[in-house]
Amino acid sequence: MNRRDFLASGGALVVALSVAPRVTAQRSSVGDAALGKTLDGGEIDGFLAVNADGSVTLFCGKVDLGQGLRIAIPQMAAEELSIDVGRIVLVEGDTALTPDQGATAGSSGVMRGGVQIRQAAATAREALIGMAAQRLGRPASDLVAVDGEIRPKAGGAGIRYGDLVGGRRIARKIDPKAPLADPATYRVVGRSLPRPDIPAKVTGRHAFVHDVRLDRMLHGRVIRPPAVGAKLVAVDEASISMIPGARVVRINDFLGVVADDEWDAIAAARALKATWSDSAPLIGNGAVREWLRAGPFQGDETLIEKGDAKTALSNATRIAGEYYWPLQSHASMGPSCALADIRDGKATIYSASQATHRFRETIARLLGMSKDAVRVIYVDGSGCYGMNGHDDAAADAALLSRAAGRPVRVQWSREDEHGWDPKGPPQLLALEGALGDDGKILAWRTEMWLPKATANLPNIPLLGPEAAGIAQTPGISTGLISQNGNPPYAVPNQEVRVHWLATAPLRPSNIRAPGKIANIFAVESFTDELAAAARRDPVEFRLQGLTDPRGIEVLKRAAAMIGWQARPSPGPGGAGRGAAYVHYKHNETYVAMTMEVDVDKASGAIRVRRVACAHDCGLVINPGTLRAQIEGNILQTLSRTLYEEVVFDRSRVTCIDWASYPILAFPAVPDIRIELVVRPNEPPLGAGEASSTPVAAALANAVYDAAGIRLRTVPFTRQRVLDALATAKGTV
Amino acid sequence: MPSFELHVNGGTQTVSVRDPDEPLLYVLRNRLGLTGAKYGCGLGQCGACKVIVDGEAVPSCLLPVSKAAGTRITTIEGLGTPNKRHPLQTAFIAEQAAQCGYCITGMVITAAVLLEKKPKVTQDEAKDALAGNLCRCGTHQRILQAVMRAARENT
Repeated sequence: MNRRDFLASGGALVVALSVAPRVTAQRSSVGDAALGKTLDGGEIDGFLAVNADGSVTLFCGKVDLGQGLRIAIPQMAAEELSIDVGRIVLVEGDTALTPDQGATAGSSGVMRGGVQIRQAAATAREALIGMAAQRLGRPASDLVAVDGEIRPKAGGAGIRYGDLVGGRRIARKIDPKAPLADPATYRVVGRSLPRPDIPAKVTGRHAFVHDVRLDRMLHGRVIRPPAVGAKLVAVDEASISMIPGARVVRINDFLGVVADDEWDAIAAARALKATWSDSAPLIGNGAVREWLRAGPFQGDETLIEKGDAKTALSNATRIAGEYYWPLQSHASMGPSCALADIRDGKATIYSASQATHRFRETIARLLGMSKDAVRVIYVDGSGCYGMNGHDDAAADAALLSRAAGRPVRVQWSREDEHGWDPKGPPQLLALEGALGDDGKILAWRTEMWLPKATANLPNIPLLGPEAAGIAQTPGISTGLISQNGNPPYAVPNQEVRVHWLATAPLRPSNIRAPGKIANIFAVESFTDELAAAARRDPVEFRLQGLTDPRGIEVLKRAAAMIGWQARPSPGPGGAGRGAAYVHYKHNETYVAMTMEVDVDKASGAIRVRRVACAHDCGLVINPGTLRAQIEGNILQTLSRTLYEEVVFDRSRVTCIDWASYPILAFPAVPDIRIELVVRPNEPPLGAGEASSTPVAAALANAVYDAAGIRLRTVPFTRQRVLDALATAKGTV
Repeated sequence: MPSFELHVNGGTQTVSVRDPDEPLLYVLRNRLGLTGAKYGCGLGQCGACKVIVDGEAVPSCLLPVSKAAGTRITTIEGLGTPNKRHPLQTAFIAEQAAQCGYCITGMVITAAVLLEKKPKVTQDEAKDALAGNLCRCGTHQRILQAVMRAARENT
């Protein structure tokens, strides 16, 4: 398949991968045709090319991890270019083709990546009008872009885009002032257009990175040590001699096997006899909470100081609660997989990386190559919600390929992924508050104990290179973990302090809405504690402190959606209802959530009956994919709140399958209702994270309303519910 | 090397393997080019690798190829094609019932067997039938809607 055929097929690079066992030779030739294009994010040509047939190729540094960016960003460009969205091909995350738009993280795909490309498209449209003006000998102001051509506003023949530039560079800087289409005239943006990848996904034809096969490729497996930090003492290579073609790759403590056949590689990894040193550097999950309190700390920081919270608290009736969020796994359905082809001084990596440009530099550093010799190509992986094992698997593949001199595919096992993916870090928050005589919040203090992200860390230290003895910048990644630690309500005296821990109990990474899920769990649960102390209805209590009209609207809507009856919590028994509200990062998306639950006092089981969410992220590009993101945020965070904690002992993670690390399954799925507040004249804000953040608090508040127990430690296991019920009974 | 005859998607293929215990999943993916079934856990816990064997949805990661020989196997590729889809695949597209989509072929396979056995399924029955299929993206509600849509359209 050449590039023309490929483009004619209408798919993005990734979509064009077939399921035939040898697919990527085609893929490279596709990319090769566009190689050499500029990657400058300040140039139109960096982001888009108008092809001779009038179709448009977008080169997008952000990638589709399942969130629907593959349709949303073409919609944004199609609107500005006045072409059918079906005429747009999206190339994602290829370091040889796409500008560096930063990691696909922090809900930035549409909000930043899409907005950049929208501006490139708007500038391109103006450039096309300028070209047509010259060609037609008419002023640009007489011309308009309609349906893939520039034509006179007054009528008459136009010139199609393909005829104006077809295949050539536009060679113009992106104009930040190029006018954007008027939202009142939107024809593409705001519609629930279907995602282009779903038909292939549901018919088994979509090629994930797990499905890519390269010519002369070997299958690799890495044997992780039985304990974190264990040293490889001895390897008995003869122990796999019965598996023809299988061979051992050892680089210091990095131990792997490669074989032509995947099952042979698995069999060799299982059969290989290796001796490891004892190692017990961990604290065990039972000691994490105390560890957070004890340090060592890297420093304290006051994030917010307003009024005099300490004095106000000491002069009033103080209410306090301590909230804990455990380590959690990304728990992607497909264990990480990547392919590397390191030959002739060049490296090509096929990876589900969220940040191919950043990872390109990492690979160059690890292999001692120049950045220019490395190409990282994004191929869909199993959903990731932050950095799971994808970069580790790619580094594994690179080390094995370099040693074997052939392309290598590394597929992690379930045990590898659960055992070794970088974990969401633990968080501890102690909250204090006091009410004024008017029943409003007078004072609030939040004290947080959080692992601090290392400043300017180029990449989190990866497992393979670490075992191989390759130098890496030490440090940890946790994301912007301290945001939303204060209430979004008017409180005259507030203080938020964080005690920064320099390390984490297990190697951490950013996980969906880093830190904010736990912080808002604490803040919005504690808001309910104060409402209960004031004997006020929890929604009214929030509304009295809320002045932002967009916040007020989502909160009122979410309450109405479940038929909220105003009264203080706890309720009279039976089903309970809870609410929570967030203004994400205090300057992005507004979300309010209400929930209705049953608590079975005999078994301790919590059953979520229904969840309602009102969501305002400004301009909505594709309501369908937005709703899917919100549904996913709700269900995934219910899972994390109800079931999930990484269990580990002094040596290793011991929850290494779906039985020991259970996640939400179908029988527990509640009814979900979503209302979108659509604001076409506001900027589009991120939606991949915000609606995950009020879930745990809405659930905890509903449990309190149902059963009179306040759950402050995640996960809300049956045992924790039973213990809380017993304590509550004892205190009556 | 031992050889086995596999009846897959209406055709018959002979495969030679070193190890007769090699799970069907790897044979499908690496020898027959049928990569729609996914490796998720290798433990039969997640459902991503399910295929239909003699009318039942089973995890292909646990089924030795020697035991699969002689059975009738339908994979997601055999259930329907992009141009001639199974009604469930059409329903999944209509509901946009996939996020990353890694689990989704296993969902379709499980639901296809369910609807074969019980064309007019209730939502609670669908939930129970899908209890062994995990999804991390949180696509459950749409998957249920897709199954119910297909059930409604069953005549």
